[in-house]
Amino acid sequence: MIDGDSRDTGAIPPPRATRPPRRASGRSTRRSLGIALASTIAVFGLLAVVLVNAPGWEAVRESFLDGENFIESAPRIIARFEVNVRLFVFAEILILAWGLVLAILRGLPGPVLFPLRLLATAYVDLFRAIPGVLVIYLLGFGIPGLRLPGVPNDPFFWGVVALTLVYSAYVSEVYRAGIDSVHPSQAAAARSLGLSQLQALRYVVVPQAVRRVIPPLLNDFIGLQKDTVLVSFIGVVEIFRQSQIRQQATFNFTPYLVTALVFLVVTIPLARITDWLVARERDRRYAAAVGAGAGRARRGRMWGFR
Amino acid sequence: MGLPLNGSREPALVVDDLWKSFGELQVLRGIDLRVSEHEVVCVIGASGSGKSTLLRCINLTEPIDDGRIVVGGEEITAPDVDVDRIRRGIGIVFQAYNLFPHMPVIDNITLAPRKVLRLGRAEAESQAVELLERFGLAEKRDAYPDSLSGGQQQRVAIVRALAMRPRLMLLDEVTSALDPELVAEVLNVIRELAAEGMTMVIATHEMAFARDIAHRVLFLDGGAILEEGPPADIFSSPREPRTREFLQRIIDAGRL
Repeated sequence: MIDGDSRDTGAIPPPRATRPPRRASGRSTRRSLGIALASTIAVFGLLAVVLVNAPGWEAVRESFLDGENFIESAPRIIARFEVNVRLFVFAEILILAWGLVLAILRGLPGPVLFPLRLLATAYVDLFRAIPGVLVIYLLGFGIPGLRLPGVPNDPFFWGVVALTLVYSAYVSEVYRAGIDSVHPSQAAAARSLGLSQLQALRYVVVPQAVRRVIPPLLNDFIGLQKDTVLVSFIGVVEIFRQSQIRQQATFNFTPYLVTALVFLVVTIPLARITDWLVARERDRRYAAAVGAGAGRARRGRMWGFR
Repeated sequence: MGLPLNGSREPALVVDDLWKSFGELQVLRGIDLRVSEHEVVCVIGASGSGKSTLLRCINLTEPIDDGRIVVGGEEITAPDVDVDRIRRGIGIVFQAYNLFPHMPVIDNITLAPRKVLRLGRAEAESQAVELLERFGLAEKRDAYPDSLSGGQQQRVAIVRALAMRPRLMLLDEVTSALDPELVAEVLNVIRELAAEGMTMVIATHEMAFARDIAHRVLFLDGGAILEEGPPADIFSSPREPRTREFLQRIIDAGRL
């Protein structure tokens, strides 16, 4: 006898209840798709009928769903979205870099580096606690007000800085969770080969951590994308400010609807990509735990048809 | 104590009165050990006897409480010693392989030579390929660790350690996590290293292998070396009752 797993042919077969449920076949998947489609049409149709027949519907439609206003406002408003995209891209690049620096600072060992850890921790606590709008106001109005020589007073610049300060606090926590999730034996293996602490972080721990936190990072991206409109408060004419201008000129709320639609169109694909990445990561870990080749069944899970 | 195979040279490894505890738990109690150049020492003993901890202390993975460790004439446990430089010269292979899952085999092997020894990529890779070919892994060059069998992963881990050209190899139960049919391929690699004269300290549960490969066997019990000697003596006529008891259990389990 060698190990515990003896091939005992006299063993009682496992009870039926513990057998895994059978995979849905192609036909039953198609059938559930059909049912889902039919019930969706029924529910949404009913909702539409109720809404249109509700008292006050006419007023709502006039104020929010003015087709003429929509067509006239849309091009100008959408054009301004370019400012939000630029805000987002600049801030995001800075956030990804600065957030990682913060996360690494918080994880540094040793008593000598305690002040750095303390500073990074205080930073994260501070900027997670203060509402983003406040930071935007403080920087966007406060600093140019000081009239310091050589300090820019461009609200776009301060908008990017404020968003970076606030979001890097969140993103550093995401990174840190990722770094903590890499098993210590990985760093130990790297160190045993003679790599320094920083080299082990850079080549072994952080690359694995970043891969794992891409889905939660994308989640923060979605938040950042929406929060770019806050920068309008310090005088940047971006999509929200532009729709406000249109609203005030036409006394109609349809321009806001245009803005809402733009964000929907941009954000929903990002949300779906995030879901897909989360599912892929879960499958990959499952496959790694069970052995290569397992855990391939992914199709259809995202929409819950199975 | 240990008999250096050739008295003219400095021992590859000297451990002097090494003590180590984890909190209340005393894991190593005054270990004395000398390993000569080209000597293969197998450390046997029950789980929890301190085998792994001993290796981890020699690799400076665990700080020691008391004692001294000297490698190649240099005291590596001295304060202010450059830990990274010491570790470069000591290869260690773990039970759980610990390959880097996010890089292919070739990068696993060349990472440390490139970043620590500052070899160019071409040089590091040609050296790595040479090692891979020697151990029958040439076609796995660009594979990722999770697509390899346990035995292949462990062989890559050994190659990864060898790529740093260590003067001492520490093997920590390198076959314990493997399916029985994969053990042999890993043990063969170690045999080859021994034949080439690599100095090795091997913690193992594979008694037949230890008997076959070791110049000397240490039996560790409760954190101390209870008995040591040539494998023929330890396995055929152990002096200590505890050693006999341990070996009897191994024999009863069909492992010897």
